Amino acid sequence: MARPADVTTAESSAVEAHEPTAPHRLSSAGAAAEWVDDRVGAARLGKGLIRKVFPDHWSFLLGEIALYSFIVLLLTGVFLTIWFKPSMAETQYDGSYQLLKGIPMSKAFASTLQLSFDVRGGLLLRQVHHWAAILFTAAAVVHMLRIFFTGAFRKPREINWLIGIGLLSLSLIEGFAGYSLPDDLLSGTGLRFVDGLIRSIPLVGTWIEFFVFAGQYPGTSIIPRLYMAHILLVPALLLGLVSAHLALVFYHKHTQYPGPGRTEQNVVGYPLFPVYMAKAGGFFFVVFGVLVLMGGLMQINPVWKFGPYTPNQVTAGSQPDWYMGWVEGAVRITPNWEWHLGHTTWSWNIFLPGVGLMGLLFTSLAAWPFVEAWITGDKREHHLLDRPRNAPTRTALGVAGMTCYAMFWIAGGNDIIATHFSLSLESITRFMRVAVFVAPVIAYHVTKRLCIWLQRRDQERVLHGSETGVLIRTPEGGYYEPHEPITVDQAFVLTQHDEMDVLDATEGANANGLPPRDGVVVSKRRAALSRWFLADNLAKPTREELEHAHDHGSSAALTSGSDHD
Amino acid sequence: MAKPITLLLALFLMGGLYAVLSPAGQSAADGNVNSQIVQGKELFQVSCATCHGLGAEGTSAAPSLVGVGAAAVDFQVGTGRMPMAKPGAQAPRGKTEFTPAEISALAAYVASLGAGPGIPTSQQVSTNNLTAEEIARGGELFRTNCSACHNYEGDGGALPNGKYAPSLGQTTASHIYEAVRTGPYAMPVFSAGTLTDQDVREIIGYLQTLHSTPNNGGFSLGGIGPVSEGLWGWIVGIGGLVMVAMWLARKGARAR
Repeated sequence: MARPADVTTAESSAVEAHEPTAPHRLSSAGAAAEWVDDRVGAARLGKGLIRKVFPDHWSFLLGEIALYSFIVLLLTGVFLTIWFKPSMAETQYDGSYQLLKGIPMSKAFASTLQLSFDVRGGLLLRQVHHWAAILFTAAAVVHMLRIFFTGAFRKPREINWLIGIGLLSLSLIEGFAGYSLPDDLLSGTGLRFVDGLIRSIPLVGTWIEFFVFAGQYPGTSIIPRLYMAHILLVPALLLGLVSAHLALVFYHKHTQYPGPGRTEQNVVGYPLFPVYMAKAGGFFFVVFGVLVLMGGLMQINPVWKFGPYTPNQVTAGSQPDWYMGWVEGAVRITPNWEWHLGHTTWSWNIFLPGVGLMGLLFTSLAAWPFVEAWITGDKREHHLLDRPRNAPTRTALGVAGMTCYAMFWIAGGNDIIATHFSLSLESITRFMRVAVFVAPVIAYHVTKRLCIWLQRRDQERVLHGSETGVLIRTPEGGYYEPHEPITVDQAFVLTQHDEMDVLDATEGANANGLPPRDGVVVSKRRAALSRWFLADNLAKPTREELEHAHDHGSSAALTSGSDHD
Repeated sequence: MAKPITLLLALFLMGGLYAVLSPAGQSAADGNVNSQIVQGKELFQVSCATCHGLGAEGTSAAPSLVGVGAAAVDFQVGTGRMPMAKPGAQAPRGKTEFTPAEISALAAYVASLGAGPGIPTSQQVSTNNLTAEEIARGGELFRTNCSACHNYEGDGGALPNGKYAPSLGQTTASHIYEAVRTGPYAMPVFSAGTLTDQDVREIIGYLQTLHSTPNNGGFSLGGIGPVSEGLWGWIVGIGGLVMVAMWLARKGARAR
């Protein structure tokens, strides 16, 4: 959680300051550096960058997991392109995997098998590539959740949030394209699913399908087309957006968790060089290592068992990779709503859960920073992060969204759940149809109450100190638990957050007959939303309350501290 | 005086003819089968008749067994599905309650009620002389006819109304053959016109080879496809790396 790390101040620097010694004769590395500097001005460029300060917290490394997985994807992907043949031309398999001997298949699938069985290290790199894709999308989502729950998307970082949403949606497309390339039975089934999504678009769906597949499904063009998208178009866009994403992090400077000495104007942490060069560089190799271990030990997408794709075959347990699982689940539990108007078919049962839900998720994610700023009327810059409990409505909404997503996700694995927990498919479907609506509401209220309970606990600690867990028996026979006062630093963290005022409606008669403050008109609806968003926050303790509590604490806690609360 | 001699001669002749013409072996076998059927009927009336009826004619609780054949009995009883412990959508595989001899007796009794698919001979389900191409063809047949319910590795899958296609990992060759021919529970019947005996042999050969081949690429994570892959990806990938990240963040330049 958002427990702030300790502060680094100038006095406690890691490296003792030394008097500069007499300059060395230029080493060969120095000479090389000077050569570059003379030509492109590398020193001036680098000076600002390498001493740039970043704050330290584990949750700031989640995006790095995604970045490093992306690098691994690029490296392994280059290897895979050397062997993969993006062709749907038919061939007879004659490789070393005996169980497919003589089976007709596309060259794409045959080259995937060749890569897996006949190229040294091919299967390992294919599996590393696939695991890296799983990890990349997962890390991107976890990173996004961290940004959301700490309010890091607020001004001035809205654009970077939008870039992040763009990156996430592109990764889904990239992942899907890669999933479809081997042309095995599972990837073909996934392709058929997307074909269904495209067809479900009212009126124009069939035309778009013919455009995408160059004629009837599956045709002979989709693999080369997806190949182009997977290895050139989408990676290029991803690379560009990742660069912009990182450049904006540099430009805005990194956000930090609140703590003493940390303000909206500074960044407290360590410089990029040498501390983060070592940490981030090391972390890259850890991510790479974990991915290679996964690729080496954990089988993923055994295409040779699925066999080549033919549209008349299917296998139980056909599922997309995890990031499309929630759409799969939504389609699985949606009732069979369909219109037939004239000669047209309107497949709401596919269009609403498939195309509609994806649109809804990405639209609401993209809109949220602006919606929240509008609700709170907050136009200030924020470089200090929120502790999630201090924005209970946002936190509760986030958890509700995650819960809804999770319910759709579970529904996507309904057959696996049915077989492994001996349940019937129909009862899972009926349960999930209700759960996708009810569970988020429950999650919302539980989370909001938890946040406010945490706020109250913070307040307790500020006013009365921490519980010591020591019970003391007085000579009179009474019992009490003395509370230990918290440090000023701790108290600062617990009380530093903003208290935002609920917006009052300015419509109609103003109470004082004055024009609205700053000329901003606040509608009743906006005022109601503002109340919903902010009104349940606990007020911070006032100076009087603090002083009273401290007097009380210092004298009374030691004598009869049992009486408070 | 001639009459008794004629009678004696006639009897002698008939006896001689009988001794020459009657197929002695068959009569012994008939006796064996008959006694098997009798034993099977007794077993049936003790263990099966409560649901299937005294004459196996079926009740509201269970279907008639007239014409299901010996194969159905050998499959259902041999895999421990029958006798069913409790009513449900589908009997689960269980511990076999009967000895092979008793199962044969039950099968003989049910087969005597009406013609149906028989228990395959070891020749019919032998996969010894299959070529690599035939086994690969068995894979194609499996993916075309079986994997939609039984999953690409034969690990099974869910079906509507609480039914399911069971895993084929532990199923013997003759039980696979019998299930194909008799279509237990939700499974369709594949007659010899749809899948020939050779086809079934190839499918069995494919499954046996698939399950005995070492698993390429590491642990199969349950062999149920992307759901378990995603689960393990999150647990090992995100879970493991978040722990590393926490460790890294604690290692400040000051933490000496």
